[in-house]
Amino acid sequence: MPVTDVNKDLDALTMTITAEFDASAERVWEMWSDPRQLERWWGPPSHPATFVEHDLSPGGRSAYFMTGPEGQKYHGWWRIEEVEPPKRLRFEDGFADDEGKPNDEMPTTIATVMIAAAGGATKMSIESKFGSREGMEQVLEMGMEQGMVEALGQIDALLAGAKA
Amino acid sequence: MVVSSKEERDDEKAADLLFGALADPTRRDILRRAREGRLSVSALARKYPISLAAVQKHVAVLERAELVSKHRVGRESIVRAEADALKRAHAALDRLASEWRGRIERIDLILDEDKGDS
Repeated sequence: MPVTDVNKDLDALTMTITAEFDASAERVWEMWSDPRQLERWWGPPSHPATFVEHDLSPGGRSAYFMTGPEGQKYHGWWRIEEVEPPKRLRFEDGFADDEGKPNDEMPTTIATVMIAAAGGATKMSIESKFGSREGMEQVLEMGMEQGMVEALGQIDALLAGAKA
Repeated sequence: MVVSSKEERDDEKAADLLFGALADPTRRDILRRAREGRLSVSALARKYPISLAAVQKHVAVLERAELVSKHRVGRESIVRAEADALKRAHAALDRLASEWRGRIERIDLILDEDKGDS
């Protein structure tokens, strides 16, 4: 298992995941910089990604879409904030409409990737956070299995019942 | 972008835990009391006609569903209800974690192919 640590900061709404790979830092960086390699892992197997634009420079943009099992397309974008090959990358990731235009009403996440040599291997840590608390709530509402959202909403009602 | 079948499975598991935890009247009562204030496990046990071990089991189920958390204060084990906002933050961050975990595993598989080539 490459993942060595997962850390959640509930106040800052930040999740940090750390992994170790048996490869050089330069090779790990290629996973991010080469769109053909990036699209092999960005989307889950059920929703492979296709990058149609990929400009890893400060202020640069990427545009991609993921294709679902029934052919439905989900468009997304990155806005590159910081790049320092092969060590550091920071970008915002959001949703776009069918033409690939960023959808401002949808939540975004911000990822900071750090890559460093660690005794013959390479350590990569990714700090991922929600653009805002509202964005986090939105992700929960749209992405979560409906049962989970309902259960969370029903707790108060259930407990009121328990009291009677 | 958050689209993944593995996450859906994780969410389903989380929903099962949540529904399972809330399905039992004693556990709902424990959660209600914990929400009204902090309670030690031993104080809780005195309120029900069941053994301390049985109460501990109920608390563990609530803990797994992230509805309560347990903290040690001296020799006492204190049960605290997780606030809704906190629970939601947990769930949302778990979602990010499972999404990135999948990506990292896929990167690792691609890097493994390099070794086959050499």
